[in-house]
Amino acid sequence: MNEAKALIGGEYKYGFVTDVDSDTIPRGLNEDVIRLISKKKKEPKFMLDWRLKAYHRWLKMSEPEWQNVVHPPIDYQDMIYYSAPKSITDAPKNLDEVDQEILKTYEKLGIPLVEQKRLAGVAVDAIFDSVSVATTFKDTLKKVGVIFCSFSEAVRNHPDLIIKYLGTVVPYGDNFFAALNSAVFSDGSFCYIPRGVRCPLELSTYFRINSAETGQFERTLIIAEEGSYVSYLEGCTAPIRDKNQLHAAVVELIAMKDSEIKYSTVQNWYAGDSHGKGGIYNFVTKRGKCIGDRSKISWTQVETGSAITWKYPSVILQGDDTIGEFYSVALTNHYQQADTGTKMIHMGKNARSTIISKGISAGHGRNTYRGLVKVQPNAQGAKNYTQCDSLLIGDRSSANTFPYIEVKNKTASVEHEASTSKISEDQLFYCQQRGISEENAVSMIVNGFCKEVFKNLPMEFAVEAAKLLGVSLEGSVG
Amino acid sequence: MVTMNPEILDKKTKETGKYVPLFEAFEKTEGKRGAAWIRKLRQNAFAHFCHSGFPTQREEDWRYTSVGPIERTPFHLASETLPHITVQAVERLRPCTLNWNRLVFVNGFFCREFSHVSDAFEDLNIGSVREAIVSKSNQLASYLAQYVRYDQNGFTALNTAFIQDGAFVYVPEGKVLERPLELVFISTSRETVSGTVLAQPRNLIVVGPSSRATIVESYVSIDQETYCNNVVTEIILEESASLEYLRLQKESGRAYHVSTTKVNQAKDSVFSSTCVDLGGILVRNDLHVDLQEEGAKCFLNGLYLTSNEQHVDNHTLINHPRPKGTSQQLYKGILDGRSTAVFSGKIFVHQDAQKTDAHQTNKNLLLSEEATADTKPQLEIYADDVKCTHGAAVGQLDKDSLFYLKSRGIGENEARNILSYAFANEVAQRIKIPSIRAQLNDLLTERYGHRSAGEGVHHGSA
Repeated sequence: MNEAKALIGGEYKYGFVTDVDSDTIPRGLNEDVIRLISKKKKEPKFMLDWRLKAYHRWLKMSEPEWQNVVHPPIDYQDMIYYSAPKSITDAPKNLDEVDQEILKTYEKLGIPLVEQKRLAGVAVDAIFDSVSVATTFKDTLKKVGVIFCSFSEAVRNHPDLIIKYLGTVVPYGDNFFAALNSAVFSDGSFCYIPRGVRCPLELSTYFRINSAETGQFERTLIIAEEGSYVSYLEGCTAPIRDKNQLHAAVVELIAMKDSEIKYSTVQNWYAGDSHGKGGIYNFVTKRGKCIGDRSKISWTQVETGSAITWKYPSVILQGDDTIGEFYSVALTNHYQQADTGTKMIHMGKNARSTIISKGISAGHGRNTYRGLVKVQPNAQGAKNYTQCDSLLIGDRSSANTFPYIEVKNKTASVEHEASTSKISEDQLFYCQQRGISEENAVSMIVNGFCKEVFKNLPMEFAVEAAKLLGVSLEGSVG
Repeated sequence: MVTMNPEILDKKTKETGKYVPLFEAFEKTEGKRGAAWIRKLRQNAFAHFCHSGFPTQREEDWRYTSVGPIERTPFHLASETLPHITVQAVERLRPCTLNWNRLVFVNGFFCREFSHVSDAFEDLNIGSVREAIVSKSNQLASYLAQYVRYDQNGFTALNTAFIQDGAFVYVPEGKVLERPLELVFISTSRETVSGTVLAQPRNLIVVGPSSRATIVESYVSIDQETYCNNVVTEIILEESASLEYLRLQKESGRAYHVSTTKVNQAKDSVFSSTCVDLGGILVRNDLHVDLQEEGAKCFLNGLYLTSNEQHVDNHTLINHPRPKGTSQQLYKGILDGRSTAVFSGKIFVHQDAQKTDAHQTNKNLLLSEEATADTKPQLEIYADDVKCTHGAAVGQLDKDSLFYLKSRGIGENEARNILSYAFANEVAQRIKIPSIRAQLNDLLTERYGHRSAGEGVHHGSA
């Protein structure tokens, strides 16, 4: 295992900065900045009022300190809160009009829009620095009545839906970062699946942080009406830069009676270099609410990027016979830190939840699972199964498990299992004996370790995730 | 930094302020006894208590347990003048009738007339802290308050501030304490001058290199009064020492019981403990084990049976700073009535603690609609070559097992009792002293109304 230390050092493959003329506003945050953001986005008054309410709440809040991560203090006045590619003002009518630089960026990222339109059958609402610049497959979706657009468009075109649902799952004062997001959110995706519709496409958004020193504040809202189904994919990569960047997104999911929302994430933002310099701070609030009976929300995430990941995709199981699922792979290499997990709040009768969390720490990586399973007094027949496994590669890595279980109903059945281990020398020896290099063997074993999670990802994502894991682990063994 | 808002500060000074006159009076009487170091220790601890006050639910370690009732009760320190207790009453309360070494404490004060020690060899000490303060000051100074930190918890600070009596056990190198030692703590608010008693026993147990001992600590009451027991026990195991430790908590149904047990283990030492909680209205047990040197092993078992309005909170922390440490924990609880039980167990594996083998299991059985279980098993691991697992479960009796028993003609109630008994018995069976095991077995049998088929356990002797 002497060689096992050298593999740490895979350079970030998606590191480049596209030179696009950005329309930015001055650093800092105050009421005027919020008014300016709202004005630039031509928002109706209710939106501005909501942002301001959130801002005033945020001022009274302090940054949480309980999470198991360390970072230098963030100066919230030293950030730019809005940035949009200039070309948006010219409003491209089709792909030919889209900024060639942007298109090139997508190509480097492996999402050629033109190709995708024809081959993959995936509708992409690609977000480039906070504003949607291209949307595909709108027609297909329009036929079945699915609304899939950028959040700003939704604010303008469907204000009734926004007023009705925005902040109902994650209120603007929910936590420090959610409040900040509510005040300054730039853009995001909005998705509405009407009653009884099974969304014919897998909806997908590629996020990308581009303009240097711009915090990105995404806001996503997905509403699945009675009996509908949607699978939503979120994936992201970002260019190399020096200064730490804050990313505080909010995702709200609402599932009505008999509906199902499947939300998959592959997160591969810039993680900082091998000395822990730079990288994205990813402080995200994701929560879903199973309002109607028999509804289902499923979170699947593969977290390989970001210097610090801090997110707990949660499900409130409000209806009877609802299902909440959380499948997660979190990989930390070099000096990355991840504090992630989920909350399952059982309120309705016979609600079931499953949590499978796989943490991999290599190098000086620090990986924490933090989860809560709560069974309220009226949640008869609640069932939960939790499994968190940690894999340690290298003797300077760490793995922590902090589950909280609170049961107030005797008919509940809650199980939690966790284990921590390293790749055994026997396993490696066995593979090597059969002509598989140590690096490939590690990658193979790690992929096997994560299989339970990967199988819940849509096919294209599963392939990407497996590849990503290989790339991220490069340099951790060998 | 959390900024203290003035309201909280006011409340804190108000709550701790009640203890200032008590401490002043205490210093006047007890301060004359013993060396300067212990006076200094008490003063420092009291200053700390005044500063930190009682823990609040804002603190992560106390989020599920409110000590409000303890904070609000105007306690009186237990006095030396003991309430009238008959030898017969004591005999009835003792967990075992066999002829063991025995120290009896009433409201935290050593009571010679009920105690007797039959083992004796050079350097062995089985006695009270109160005597040791005067006669064995130097020996005491090298251990007392060296392991429990009073600056981290208001209760340990309060206990340390009022260090007065408790058990001091010292087993010298290479000796085996043949007969188990029984420490019986009897508490009562009866016949005291006025109101509610606060007893604060302070125990120190040192097991020398390659020595072996068995100690049974039990907490009982002669009535159903309200009182508070705030216990601190420090246990030091030298190289290759081995201690079998049992803790039976059968306080009165209205008693508050707060205990902090700190175990410090040297190389290759073995600590096995079983903690059983049956009584008390508000119970909090902290058990911290430091596997200070290589190859140390600890086995911690716990059983809590709660009912009515009881609140029982067990916190364990196993520290693995050095390689090749082993720890195993099994905590089980059966919850009835409107009781609540909390379990929080942390396994902390430091960077150098390679080859650590740490396992933890917590299982809770809910028998009633209103019972609540909160469990928080935690792993914090900074070394890679380790085997660590933890598991937690909260649930009810297995339907299939119930069906199986019913299909064989056993009634619903009896079937439930059999299964509850079996659930608790997993912990009871790990007790190595047959007579104590049998006693606990009787207790379970009585509680879950079922006669055990395995009568064999009753015939053990110690």
